[in-house]
Amino acid sequence: MVLDDFFVRALLAAAGVACIAAPVGCVLLWRRMAYFGDTMAHSALLGVALGAVLGLGLGVGVFGVAIAVALLLIVLERTAHLATDSLLGVLSHTTLALGLVVLALSASGFRHDLIGFLFGDVLAVTAWDLAVIWGGGAVGLVVLATIWRGLVAATLHADLAQAEGIPVLRLQMLYVVLMAAIVAVGMKVVGVLLIVALAIIPAAAARALSRTPEQMAIVASMIGIACGVLGLFGSLWLDTPSGPSIVVAAMVIFFASLVVRPLARAFG
Amino acid sequence: MASRNPLIEARAAGVRRGGRWILHDVDIEVAAEEVVTLIGPNGAGKTTLVRVLLGLLKPDAGSVRRDEAASIGYVPQRVHFDPTLPLTVERLMSLTDRRPVEAIAEALEETAVGHLITARVSDLSGGEFQRVLLARALMRLPNLLILDEPVQGVDYTGETELYELIGGIVERRGCGVLMVSHDLHIVMASTDRVVCLNRHVCCTGAPEEVVAHDEFRRLFGPNAAAAAVYQHTHDHVHDLAGEVARAGERGADGAG
Repeated sequence: MVLDDFFVRALLAAAGVACIAAPVGCVLLWRRMAYFGDTMAHSALLGVALGAVLGLGLGVGVFGVAIAVALLLIVLERTAHLATDSLLGVLSHTTLALGLVVLALSASGFRHDLIGFLFGDVLAVTAWDLAVIWGGGAVGLVVLATIWRGLVAATLHADLAQAEGIPVLRLQMLYVVLMAAIVAVGMKVVGVLLIVALAIIPAAAARALSRTPEQMAIVASMIGIACGVLGLFGSLWLDTPSGPSIVVAAMVIFFASLVVRPLARAFG
Repeated sequence: MASRNPLIEARAAGVRRGGRWILHDVDIEVAAEEVVTLIGPNGAGKTTLVRVLLGLLKPDAGSVRRDEAASIGYVPQRVHFDPTLPLTVERLMSLTDRRPVEAIAEALEETAVGHLITARVSDLSGGEFQRVLLARALMRLPNLLILDEPVQGVDYTGETELYELIGGIVERRGCGVLMVSHDLHIVMASTDRVVCLNRHVCCTGAPEEVVAHDEFRRLFGPNAAAAAVYQHTHDHVHDLAGEVARAGERGADGAG
């Protein structure tokens, strides 16, 4: 089979995003922050709208709004007397709705690209997009590797970590920045509605196969890449939308991972 | 002992939450090689005070000072973490900084859990987990151990063993200890000084002075004092268990 250029670019883009999203997703899982990731991703639409209206560019808009939402959450957690999941519910839906309203008001040409933002358009990835994904991904991985031990320690027990000299707050803020960057960059691949799936599902699948946090991160990355490849070939074969197909492939791998350990026990 | 600089001290420390002082006017210090036990009912602010002393929480009043020579080994209250985080004992020992495997094995030996080095943390019993946490703290070569309820989640016989282990380590290493505990009956025997906390320091002094104190009797009931003194002079575990159970009925935090 001869692969078209656009398909190769799509494969590389999906693999690149999955590679960095999966280890970040592991931390989301451990910290029970899956819905926080969703909220950040849903706010991306507002970022797209503001980025377009203010002429900042979409990536900058998404990144900025995601971080603003994370900060707002921290402030609200301290001032509003509501549980975190309620606050996330408020922020998640209001930012999504606000994004749609601002897009409509702006009357810019972005309106018809809405489906693209929501579900991604990995087959339209350009060489420049690829450079951003791989360059940004490499920087992200270096940052993550640098803060990894402290981040794991803070996840296990923030007080213990801090008492032993880990700058817990700073690491958590860096982590939020990473998450925002993944949303901004991954938007193109699977869209804002599904980007968190690429972070969480490979991580969840890796859990059953890992004994240490580092193993889980690496296995999750590999599973994420496999999801991208399987999903894209599946979408080519079945003529289905690429972003959702990648997430469906992730789901299949996740359920397969659930039976690996019982099977190994039964036959091993 | 009074002439020496304390390793750690709080002066008139207070913490306010929601317009209410959950700690106020607390004076406490731990000198080198001194064993101080912090007791008090639930909600007395014991863990808050530990967090203040560790520098994790800035007091709203008063001050905290740590000696430059103080090197602290901290064992927090029983750690709950999400089971989605895979962790072996060896990895837990290197949680905040990388340690050579020989050092890890040696530290685990000291708390008699050397055989568990490759075990999954989620498979450990309460007692084994606390011993691993203690080994972590010891690996940092502390001259001050801060133990927040080190026998939480440990069954009764395990408790006595764990206290004996801690006592042996403290004696061998000569480090100072600040221990938060509910178990008046066991800890008092090996404690230099007891600080009885109920949002403020109700009373402090040698164990036998504290149990004679009116405030102590009011907090823990007259039988708790009897149990503590009784424990202090005898060490028959089974007899003790009976005494503790009776104290528990009157509202003290017994081990039952």
